[in-house]
Amino acid sequence: MAAPLLETRSLGIRFGGVQAVRDVNFSLAEGELRCLIGPNGAGKSTFFKLITGQLQPSQGQVLFRGRDVSAAAAHEIARLGIGIKTQVPSVFDGLSVRENIWLAAIRLHRRRRAAAAAVDEMLARVGLAALADRPVGQLAHGQRQWVELGIVLSTDPQLILLDEPAAGMTHEEVLRTAELVREINRDKALIVVEHDMQFIRMIASRVTVFNQGAVLVEDTIANILRNPVVRDIYLGKQAAA
Amino acid sequence: MSARAGTLAGLAAVAAFGLAFLLLAPHWVELDTLLDLTVYMIMSILALSLGLVWGYGGILCFGQAAFFGLGAYTYAVAMVNIGESTLPFLLAIALPAGFAALLGYFMFYGRISDVYLGVITLTVTLILFNTVNSTAGPEYHIGSARLGGFNGIPSIPPLNIPGRPEAALDLEGMFYLSTALLLATYFGLRALLASRFGRVVVGVRENERRAELLGYDPRLYKLATFAIGGAIAGLAGCLFANWGAFVSPTIFGLAQSAQIIIWVIVGGRGTLIGPILGSIAMEWLTTTLGANQTTGTGGLADLWSNAPLVLGAILIGFVLLVPRGLVPTLADGAGRLLRRRLPAPAAAPAPEVAE
Ligand SMILES: Nc1ncnc2c1ncn2[C@@H]1O[C@H](COP(=O)(O)OP(=O)(O)O)[C@@H](O)[C@H]1O
Ligand SMILES: [Mg+2]
Repeated sequence: MAAPLLETRSLGIRFGGVQAVRDVNFSLAEGELRCLIGPNGAGKSTFFKLITGQLQPSQGQVLFRGRDVSAAAAHEIARLGIGIKTQVPSVFDGLSVRENIWLAAIRLHRRRRAAAAAVDEMLARVGLAALADRPVGQLAHGQRQWVELGIVLSTDPQLILLDEPAAGMTHEEVLRTAELVREINRDKALIVVEHDMQFIRMIASRVTVFNQGAVLVEDTIANILRNPVVRDIYLGKQAAA
Repeated sequence: MSARAGTLAGLAAVAAFGLAFLLLAPHWVELDTLLDLTVYMIMSILALSLGLVWGYGGILCFGQAAFFGLGAYTYAVAMVNIGESTLPFLLAIALPAGFAALLGYFMFYGRISDVYLGVITLTVTLILFNTVNSTAGPEYHIGSARLGGFNGIPSIPPLNIPGRPEAALDLEGMFYLSTALLLATYFGLRALLASRFGRVVVGVRENERRAELLGYDPRLYKLATFAIGGAIAGLAGCLFANWGAFVSPTIFGLAQSAQIIIWVIVGGRGTLIGPILGSIAMEWLTTTLGANQTTGTGGLADLWSNAPLVLGAILIGFVLLVPRGLVPTLADGAGRLLRRRLPAPAAAPAPEVAE
């Protein structure tokens, strides 16, 4: 079997008395699309922060293409090819949509002409061309999500982490996002955290379920939906909500 | 008019006005006015340094006076020792820049929070003040330059044409040089801010975490911005030491530090013209108020002549009523007016670099 693109070994982090992530052994193949689900507070976002160097693990390691990046700074990990769309959209609010995308594109294309072309292409791809000159801070939540997606894609990462990408989107936007995720997955690996089971059914192959900081189970979407424990701790709650 | 054309028109207007001022002012005004104008130019350069560091870098530095004072003292000490101004001039820029880089390294790479950053920069300034202030004795000297403690260093030799120590700049020459250097600093910063580096600096100001997640090291960008700010403040300090042929520790004082911040608050962050106008307006006001004598009758005239009180009231007024400063607020108002008068389609908002 080929070496995994991303691997975590006994990964854990503790905040004071809270073990937010515990003993996570996770592996993602090149080109894979994985969904991550679990109740609020299960540690999904924290897991993403550990992978991207926003937090340093208390225990265990993160390996990207076999290389230990546990102690690497966030910008170094970004340069290795991991991009993240955070749960709360992290964008440059005071700057225009175009400038947001440009700041991402120019990291990749050192030449201005190439960067400008890449920006125009990305604006069209995420459907923001008409809003290009608007300050991002003035846009609706769903549109800001798209801006952030455009930023992340513009650095051309090999692994993309999406933390609740469909949150706050209209049904149509959710469909478009699912389509975009599948399109991105044609040549890139992704891990997607999402609560919307419909969205997951549209995109997922394998699903990892987090609970109380640990991996509860990992299986195909069909099996996960049938799993009584998962139904109990997560899906049941969601159905009730 | 596209945003780009607007920016170019703005640049051309500043260049035309700046050049006209540079060439015509000496013919129009008396020498003592020219002396005042020169110090406005010098303080504008100092204001630009914080305009960059705070307005664009998002680094609230309470100690910009430290680099200003270091530049002045470096020039004074080097000039007394060397007697030819080329090296002292360069040192007065390089030394504050190096000091800013060192200080910035500890602050940014130590991931010190914004509040502590303010405290540290202020503390460093006060330490410099106290240190230099206590060097009155003859035993404190660097080479042949006595530091002079609270008495300062008098009779600092003026700048000369590079390589020609006998060709010293006169008052008019100082005006030309200060104005030319202000224009050079302004346009240099405009170019810097339009470059990839400058745009990333603004990105870091807007969202440090996002810049990091895109692969930029925010510490490096802040450090570089801070060092450039130190260099520009040092340049202003060098000119200031020339202007009065004198430097004393008050240059590191609390009042000086606070003043620079007030200029930027009044003029507006995120613009370059703002800090320039802010510094000129406030300097002019300070001089004007300072010239008023108290009448001792305790009336309104007495209040007006209490310069710190009036300046304080202006500052509070700005913070409460015009928090973004003069230039951004006026630019917004003008933009809104224009858009109302022009029929649809709505003009594109000016880009963040326009000023
Ligand atoms: N910086 C932090 N300090 C303290 N506790 C934290 C911090 N970040 C997350 N936590 C805790 O860790 C747990 C996991 O949070 P999170 O990863 O955001 O969950 P999820 O994304 O799955 O909803 C929660 O109990 C949360 O309160
Ligand atoms: Mg979360």
